[in-house]
Amino acid sequence: MSEIVLVKIKRRENPQSAPYWETFELPNKPFANVISVLQDIQRNPVNIGGVRVKPVVWDCNCLEEVCGSCTMVINGRVRQACAALIDSLEKPVTLEPMSKFPAVRDLQVDRSRMFRDLQQAHAWIDIDGTHDIGEGPVIDQDTRHKAYELSQCMTCGCCLESCPQYTLDNNFLGPAVFSQARYFNMHPTGAMHKDKRLEPLIKEGGIANCGNAQNCAAVCPKHIPLTESIAEIGRQTTFYLLKKLFTE
Amino acid sequence: MMKRKAKVVVVGGGLAGLSAAMKICEAGVRVVLVSHQPVKRSHSVCAQGGINAAIDSKGEGDSPEVHFYDTVKGGDFLANQPLVHDMCNQAPAIIHLMDRLGVAFNRTAEGHLEFRRFGGTLYSRTAFAGATTGQQLLYALDEQVRRYEHDGLVEKLEWHEYLGVVLDESQVCRGGVFHDLRTGAIFTIAADAVILATGGPGQLYGKSTGSAVCTGSAAAATYLQGAKYGNGEFIQIHPTAIPGQDKLRLMSESARGEGGRIWVPKDAKDKRGPKDIPESDRYYFLEENYPLFGNLVPRDVASREIYEVVYNKKLGVGGEAMVYLDLTHKSPEFLDDRLGGILDIYEKFTGDNPKNTPMKIFPAVHYSMGGLWTDYESDGSGNGLIDHQSPKNQMTSIRGLYAVGEVDYQYHGANRLGANSLLSCIYTGIMMGPGVANYTKNLDKAPEDIPSSLFDQARNKWESRFKEIKSMHGKENPYSLHNELGETLLANVLIVRENEKLEATLSKIDEIETRFGDLHCLDTSDWANPTPSFVNQLHNMIHLARIITKGALLRNECRGAHYKPEFEIVQPAEFDPHEYIDYLEKKSYEEVREEAFPPGHLEYMKKFEDNNNKWLKSSIAVYNDNQPEISYEDVDASQVTPRPRKYN
Ligand SMILES: Cc1cc2nc3c(=O)[nH]c(=O)nc-3n(C[C@H](O)[C@H](O)[C@H](O)COP(=O)(O)OP(=O)(O)OC[C@H]3O[C@@H](n4cnc5c(N)ncnc54)[C@H](O)[C@@H]3O)c2cc1C
Ligand code: SF4
Ligand code: SF4
Ligand code: FES
Repeated sequence: MSEIVLVKIKRRENPQSAPYWETFELPNKPFANVISVLQDIQRNPVNIGGVRVKPVVWDCNCLEEVCGSCTMVINGRVRQACAALIDSLEKPVTLEPMSKFPAVRDLQVDRSRMFRDLQQAHAWIDIDGTHDIGEGPVIDQDTRHKAYELSQCMTCGCCLESCPQYTLDNNFLGPAVFSQARYFNMHPTGAMHKDKRLEPLIKEGGIANCGNAQNCAAVCPKHIPLTESIAEIGRQTTFYLLKKLFTE
Repeated sequence: MMKRKAKVVVVGGGLAGLSAAMKICEAGVRVVLVSHQPVKRSHSVCAQGGINAAIDSKGEGDSPEVHFYDTVKGGDFLANQPLVHDMCNQAPAIIHLMDRLGVAFNRTAEGHLEFRRFGGTLYSRTAFAGATTGQQLLYALDEQVRRYEHDGLVEKLEWHEYLGVVLDESQVCRGGVFHDLRTGAIFTIAADAVILATGGPGQLYGKSTGSAVCTGSAAAATYLQGAKYGNGEFIQIHPTAIPGQDKLRLMSESARGEGGRIWVPKDAKDKRGPKDIPESDRYYFLEENYPLFGNLVPRDVASREIYEVVYNKKLGVGGEAMVYLDLTHKSPEFLDDRLGGILDIYEKFTGDNPKNTPMKIFPAVHYSMGGLWTDYESDGSGNGLIDHQSPKNQMTSIRGLYAVGEVDYQYHGANRLGANSLLSCIYTGIMMGPGVANYTKNLDKAPEDIPSSLFDQARNKWESRFKEIKSMHGKENPYSLHNELGETLLANVLIVRENEKLEATLSKIDEIETRFGDLHCLDTSDWANPTPSFVNQLHNMIHLARIITKGALLRNECRGAHYKPEFEIVQPAEFDPHEYIDYLEKKSYEEVREEAFPPGHLEYMKKFEDNNNKWLKSSIAVYNDNQPEISYEDVDASQVTPRPRKYN
């Protein structure tokens, strides 16, 4: 374990101002992670030049890699800060905000587009009501296993950060949404409204815009089989288009 | 005239807030959902183990009645029984609803819901979705609320913080004051009712198993405005957490539910690696002391036993406050299937693989049984059930203000059983929905009829408060002061409590409050600046720390998570809790003679009874003159008679 940690952080006051780099030097501690280092900066916000500065701003909540909040680019790789142990990182550690989402401040970005896109994709099960109408559908273990793989997507945005097709100003829905559409289409009740989920995916910004580079699957911290989801949604949309062709 | 649509503000989008929002929308009421961070990132995602419902899918003879009994017994009889009874009765319907919403629960070979065992019960009653049950449940509710958002019934205000309620001259809640965490703007929302679903206060202790926004600040702010706070001193310590700098990550009880064994080397100086220590040199203290429940005793018991072994017997691993939690006797395939996710967490945050080497764990602050006092209405049947239409359900002591989820004080008494919190959060959110809708229907005045000056005043007060905070130029760093508060509570208001230390803690809290006056607000910019917010939260946390510490100081007994050795009534080894029921019955018609029970038992039971007469009460804190004033309220024990607990 090294005695001290050097951290270089790409900072920015607000979306309009220019970004700049600032370096901090901190004592290392057992089990330290990027979050605990940022917390140490809050407790003593002095940079390597000895200048007292404003504490660094970032997002986090669960601190155990299940909420997706703390996603940032660490040593060039997009990942969760809470799961980045200092001892396992190359030094100096560089921290940057994600680049595919509007900047807010320092390491904070605005990912509300991801939630809006889930609305577009009809990412829910249509139930009759919450009153007690008995058991849910019987589901076999294999289907459940597949569904569980997909259901762990925490809307963190790693996949989008790495996707060459997803940019700040286009309308590409991206792999997380494709995978969610697949997830709901797999459920016995969800399948009843399959077409509502496929319709936005055949439009501009839908599945046809995916270049199949597969960067997304490689960075997903939840190991969601995105390549498989993209292929499956490709199949489903093809059938859907054919169906439309014959029924219209 | 067009009928106006009522509007309810729900603060917090964890399981409790989302289920309340869903149910209220279903009644056609508009919801404004306010949350610190996007609701999908709420703390509820951390829950790993599962959610309880006595569906008895394995033919073990489980039933909602047994679930009810286990829950009140687990809580050392401090919970109001009708609510618990109603919750346990509704539990199966809730699991089926969550299943219909698409939660990827584990399944049996036939495709039905799978259940497992959890602490404090002898039945397989816990439904689970891999090792991320909380995340899966939260997502399902988030999706339903997104559906209502799509339909225009829900408006979300994420990145907004609740600061306090707007009260009219009769102390009725007419809305809330909110803080835009991006622009820094402070504004009010007028509403027919406000629901607080703001979760627990783990951050009070600095490090806990809780998430970063779990400061308890919203509850404390509301207490400062006059709401009652109940049972503050009951803080659950989870026996098995993983070491860390920023957080003490939980090792779920399911690790023990699936066969995990807790042990320490018999010899404290044993230098061998855990795998090299033969069975004969290991001390499986839970299994030895509690043959029936073994490693699955309730959390309070397990935490105390670990404390005893580590601090009193000085048998902690490597001389530190840690014990082994061992799963290495199970096959890797079994562990992957049943516990995959949580074992990954351990490996991710410590670097060790728990499939090959026993985990090192120790107790950490986990859950607050206490919270804002809330009301309820029995259905009048005498069966201990709730009238689901009543506007009283979950209402705080402030009219029109509701609390739900970990932030309320009901359901879990003095100690919560594992997998009962996800249940209580969802049950309550759903149960209260119709009553809140009814409340809005029968309101004397619509929010539009309230003079705007009331809202202007509330906004002005908070605007000047934040101005004041930003002008703080003292010496103290707010984050360091928070650390100190946490360390003080960790050292003194944890598993084993002593009056002397509790008194010292109150003085320390006073000192921290004085030093709070000398804070430096490190950042005064307007845009996306978390520091002034944090300073305000710290202020609230100081008051919450006082409620908890003073409650603990005044409660001179042992109950559930609150353990004071000085006041322990030692149970005779051979004692059977049924003797106590016998004793109460005998007592009702005759003088009970010493010989009617084994030696010492009658004396013990009399002491137990006296203690219950004095202390089987909820503590209620009310803010007065900068201090919590604490009084006691009877508990509704109409369904089962409180009795001594025994788990061996
Ligand atoms: C690690 C861990 C594992 C657990 N495992 C289990 C389990 O297996 N089974 C079980 O039954 N229970 C478990 N629990 C307990 C359970 O997770 C919690 O009690 C429960 O999730 C609380 O839900 P909630 O809806 O009350 O609050 P939360 O999920 O904490 O949500 C609170 C919400 O309020 C918002 N909020 C808070 N303050 C403000 C404010 N001032 N302004 C605006 N918004 C605010 C937050 O943004 C958030 O949306 C576990 C707890 C932990 C810590
Ligand atoms: S496969 Fe490539 S283009 Fe398609 S979503 Fe993934 S990263 Fe983007
Ligand atoms: S698919 Fe994976 S990388 Fe993409 S948002 Fe979901 S969890 Fe994150
Ligand atoms: S804080 Fe939740 S993923 Fe890191």
